[in-house]
Amino acid sequence: MTLKVNGKVFTAAEAALTVAEVLQRSSVANPEMVAVQLNGEFVAKEKLAQTPVAQDDEVDFIYFMGGGAKRDI
Amino acid sequence: MNLNDAQIERYSRHIILGNVGVEGQEKILAGKVLIIGTGGLGAPVALYLAAAGLGTIGLVDGDVVDLSNLQRQVIHFTPDVGRPKVLSAKDKIAAINPDVRVITYETRVAAANIAGIIKDYDFIVDGTDNFAAKFLINDACVLGGKPFSHGGILRFDGQTLTYVPGQACYRCVFTAPPPKGAVPTCSQAGILGAVAGMLGTIQAAEVLRFLIGKGELLVNRLLVFDALNMNFRTVKFARNPACPVCGERPSITTLVDAEPAVCDLKSRGRG
Repeated sequence: MTLKVNGKVFTAAEAALTVAEVLQRSSVANPEMVAVQLNGEFVAKEKLAQTPVAQDDEVDFIYFMGGGAKRDI
Repeated sequence: MNLNDAQIERYSRHIILGNVGVEGQEKILAGKVLIIGTGGLGAPVALYLAAAGLGTIGLVDGDVVDLSNLQRQVIHFTPDVGRPKVLSAKDKIAAINPDVRVITYETRVAAANIAGIIKDYDFIVDGTDNFAAKFLINDACVLGGKPFSHGGILRFDGQTLTYVPGQACYRCVFTAPPPKGAVPTCSQAGILGAVAGMLGTIQAAEVLRFLIGKGELLVNRLLVFDALNMNFRTVKFARNPACPVCGERPSITTLVDAEPAVCDLKSRGRG
């Protein structure tokens, strides 16, 4: 199966995968660190492990980012 | 407003720009922008807005300049170590452009004070380092009908989006702050100083384009970059109907303080 993950081609040998598995293989250590879209729709964290992906799906994950300074405010 | 001779010369490179002109420069000179956090992001934002002739710049920060700030917080200089950041920043703004009116708030934003601070401004810039503040700024701006720029940086990465009333907000993407410990703190993970400058200048450009009303803002899309490999990407998104603050059935209707879980060196005193 071939997907697009964060704009790049992602291939997996399996015919069935979940969004959670895609994240795992994309080195997202903890799904709490990211917001995830499947084909432009947000996927709730509790549904990541139950949401399947299909050929040509687009998965985008966005990391939480704070700031560069400590104690800025 | 009529530009005087010195202003025409000072802002000449803006005035000759097709999308700015005298009219756009006058809008910049009349603008009121609040920068929350005068650190890695707030520093470049404040410097570029001051140089651009922003009419009024509000600065919110309750911290003092630390030696470890100087690697990226370019508005603060070595002799400023130990001084309140808002005063250090105010001095530099005055030195760059005495036309700019600066209002300082030597405090942290909190549920109790943020609505009163943002109400007099046209646009808010989030230059904070912690998720409690980022979510508070989002909620205060959504509930108060104020546009704002979100900025986040970590290691070599940056992200930014712009909220305008009626469009998708920060919580549409990130529903709630991450649990403590899930996201590495900046003091643990580090940050390339120039990345703060890259992101801050993008935020400054959003402010200026908002004020002059030209071009497409980063609304309903998040700009993400990886400066290690120098790749830029925009992720489109729409308003999230399940968003807890701007969705169909909002659960957040008043502001509350969340516990800050952040870029904090706990061992180094007050945090």
